Amino acid sequence: MTLAGLLDAALGRLDWNALPFWEMVTHPSASSIINGLIASGAAGIMVLGALVTIWALTRHRLWGTLWRDWLTSLDHKKIGIMYVVLAFVMLARALAEASVMRTQQAVGLGGGFLSPEHFGQLFSTHGTIMIFFMAMPFLTGVINFVMPLQIGARDVAFPLLNSVSLALTAAGAALVMASLLFTPFSIGGWSGYPPFTETGFSPDVGPDYWIWAVTLSSLGTTLAGMNFAVTIYKKRAPGMTMFRMPLFCWTALCVSILMIFAMPPLTLATSMLALDRYLGFHFFTNTGGGDPMLYANMFWLFGHPEVYILILPAFGVYSEVISTLSGKKLYGYTSLALATICIAVLSFTVWVHHFFTMGQSASLNAVFGIATMLIGIPTGVKVYDWMLTLYRGRVRLGVPMIYAAGFLMLFVIGGATGIVLANPSLDYVTHNTLFLVAHFHNMLIPGLLFGMLAAYAFWFPKAFGFRLEEKWGRRAAVSWIAGFILAFFPLYGLGLLGMPRRTVAFLEPAYLPFTLIALVGAGLVLFAFGCLVAQLVVSIRERDMRRVPVGDPWDGRSLEWSIPAPAPEWNFAVLPKVETRDPFTEAKEQGRAYRSPEGYEDIEMPRHSAVGPIVGIAGFACAFGLVWYMWWLAISGALLSLGAMLARGFARDTVRIIAAAEVREAHESWLAMVRATPRIPRHEENTPANLGHAIPASQEEQS
Amino acid sequence: MNTETGRHPGLNLGSGHAEAHGEAEALVFGFWVFMMSDLVTFGLLLATYVTMLDNLAGGPGPKDLFELKPVFIETLVLLTSSLTYGMAILSLKHDPGRRLRPVLAWLGLTLMLGLAFVAMEAKDLHALQAKGGAPQRSGFLSAFWALVPLHALHVAAAALWLVAIAAQIWRFGLDTPVKTALLRLGVLWHFLDVVWIAIVSVVFLGGLA
Repeated sequence: MTLAGLLDAALGRLDWNALPFWEMVTHPSASSIINGLIASGAAGIMVLGALVTIWALTRHRLWGTLWRDWLTSLDHKKIGIMYVVLAFVMLARALAEASVMRTQQAVGLGGGFLSPEHFGQLFSTHGTIMIFFMAMPFLTGVINFVMPLQIGARDVAFPLLNSVSLALTAAGAALVMASLLFTPFSIGGWSGYPPFTETGFSPDVGPDYWIWAVTLSSLGTTLAGMNFAVTIYKKRAPGMTMFRMPLFCWTALCVSILMIFAMPPLTLATSMLALDRYLGFHFFTNTGGGDPMLYANMFWLFGHPEVYILILPAFGVYSEVISTLSGKKLYGYTSLALATICIAVLSFTVWVHHFFTMGQSASLNAVFGIATMLIGIPTGVKVYDWMLTLYRGRVRLGVPMIYAAGFLMLFVIGGATGIVLANPSLDYVTHNTLFLVAHFHNMLIPGLLFGMLAAYAFWFPKAFGFRLEEKWGRRAAVSWIAGFILAFFPLYGLGLLGMPRRTVAFLEPAYLPFTLIALVGAGLVLFAFGCLVAQLVVSIRERDMRRVPVGDPWDGRSLEWSIPAPAPEWNFAVLPKVETRDPFTEAKEQGRAYRSPEGYEDIEMPRHSAVGPIVGIAGFACAFGLVWYMWWLAISGALLSLGAMLARGFARDTVRIIAAAEVREAHESWLAMVRATPRIPRHEENTPANLGHAIPASQEEQS
Repeated sequence: MNTETGRHPGLNLGSGHAEAHGEAEALVFGFWVFMMSDLVTFGLLLATYVTMLDNLAGGPGPKDLFELKPVFIETLVLLTSSLTYGMAILSLKHDPGRRLRPVLAWLGLTLMLGLAFVAMEAKDLHALQAKGGAPQRSGFLSAFWALVPLHALHVAAAALWLVAIAAQIWRFGLDTPVKTALLRLGVLWHFLDVVWIAIVSVVFLGGLA
């Protein structure tokens, strides 16, 4: 074989045209140069970010730490934190893309600066990233970190699988990032509808990037859901019955079950699309007996439960935040748990409302329309429960509570527009307009992102041992809320005026004021993200004045607040015995908190393992090879991950014993420190006096 | 402890295997949950197959392509392999001497039967292709090829896992990880029987009825 032939086989269909600036260099025109500069700028920022990270890691000699303490760690807390870090990185990219799109539409009367293909890639990556690589990692990370602590467990049921799930999700995210440098990504939207995404209409690599990124992520998510469900069923502390679990665990359980049952339809839909594209099958083609409607059904059979996978964890977070920051037990606990279950079940019965206009009978549409409206009932129950928890509570307007308050208002408005869309006849009018875009952003930004940011502020001290700075946090929260309103409420108007979604430019001058206001909103949202970055920087720099070593900065109610901050590797020196809901609050009220246990035992913890990172790297290699037809890479990636799994079967030395004496020493010295630390009332919560030793709300009222 | 052993009949080892019995609780349950997501996959593929039945695009249909005789033999082979797998677990569970040979013999027989099933499947699929039944021919055939070979692929993967476990037995004997792995593989093995029964009923019997 000649050298050229070898190179061809090695690189598949990857050539110079894949580079983001190639078009502008070879065919310079005003449009190609502007679009090329933007695309190259984005790729440049990514490469620069990667280089700076590598440089910093090398400079501070952190590669070993990164590998030993993080990437190969099976500690559910560290895996959770890594998920959240991934979510923030991806959030930055998808936000930047949103701003470019808003800018384009603000000047889009009669043209603008973006080419339709570039705009198509922007909304496709924006949606794909926000759902699969921002929202999903964020909520998976929060569940990973919080849930085992809340149920009194030392880890999830399958720690290695947890690491593999993270690696698969990260591999998918890396694939989307790689598409910045080796373009193009799909222009078929986040839902990748065929027949447009079939080879006949999209012969380039775009849909393949989308297929494999989403497939990796959905595999990781299925495994994560299974892991969480088994953890909740089998690993609860003695006495922690289902109806004593904090509400967040209920939402985590329902989300896990949704993941187990709703992700396979997605994996299947993307795999079948891949069979069409790679092997010439006829699942979704419009010739050869294919049926594009089948894709719509399969995708939304995943897609609608997915909406509740995204929103339920935030409901759980709000339940914890509202109850804790009101100093009251959660109102209507049982009804909240039942409403959560109810929503989870109903979520499988409404998928057709995503395509009312695709031509099924009016009766079928009516059934699904009514089912959709039914979901408003359990959701309404929840909203009332939260309000009644606030009622006559001693509400502290901390950062998580600001998000919760914004959520309560905005989510109800978004829900009302959802009821509008649930009516098939009204849906016909608004379908495929920006009204829909406004609606789902109205659900997902308050109903997911605000919840996750509230969780970030709420549990950060438990993860790192110090509180986040308060002022920047408030600025971020308020700007997020105001920015969201400015960016998306005009879209309701635009939708009612008839502006279609996913259009690069428009000819109707009446749209212009709305798109301009939305641009201001996008700017404010960017500012909010900047505030979050500033908050993190300031907090790390001034961490010594915000340390909360006792571990209970907010007068918490559930078990995770009863242990040191940061939490020790083994979480609980001795597994707690639970006799009630809100066990930690009761222990504090009865003076039973922070007592020495009767005895200590050896603790078994999982040893580190490189299987997760290996499967992640192999998964990325396999997917990248498939995208570019580099078959050698795809096959080696697949074999490598299979080999890693087979080899793992021969590992026997997989647990590490932590001696009782070591646990005793750590725990007793922490208890001594607790006894020496003064307790503080709630109004000193955000002062350096807060070392994490709280006076419980009931005793504070008496004093 | 009668209640302990009676709790998940066939899916536990009994208190005589103290450590493995305890660990099996979460592991086997977790694997069973994993199988439930696989069940969704196969359920959807069956549904896809049924909706695609009429999408022949002028190509051959079930009556032109399917034959019951090989399917019947394959069914017997696969169901027998479940029986022999069950025997392997029983000898693991009840042999007081903890001897390797009976377990390995039953596992070996299971492996042979599993591989025989995969080989017969492969031959059938090859014949199907020769009759003009390639997956690219029509939506109906695409649906068939996504469903039936995926099942065979599962059996092949289960056989690979069986070999891996046998290698572990050779290396470590019947230790706890081997025992729990055998229980989990059992869930998969029997699950694939259930799926096969559904495939035979819907695809082959339904197609030729």
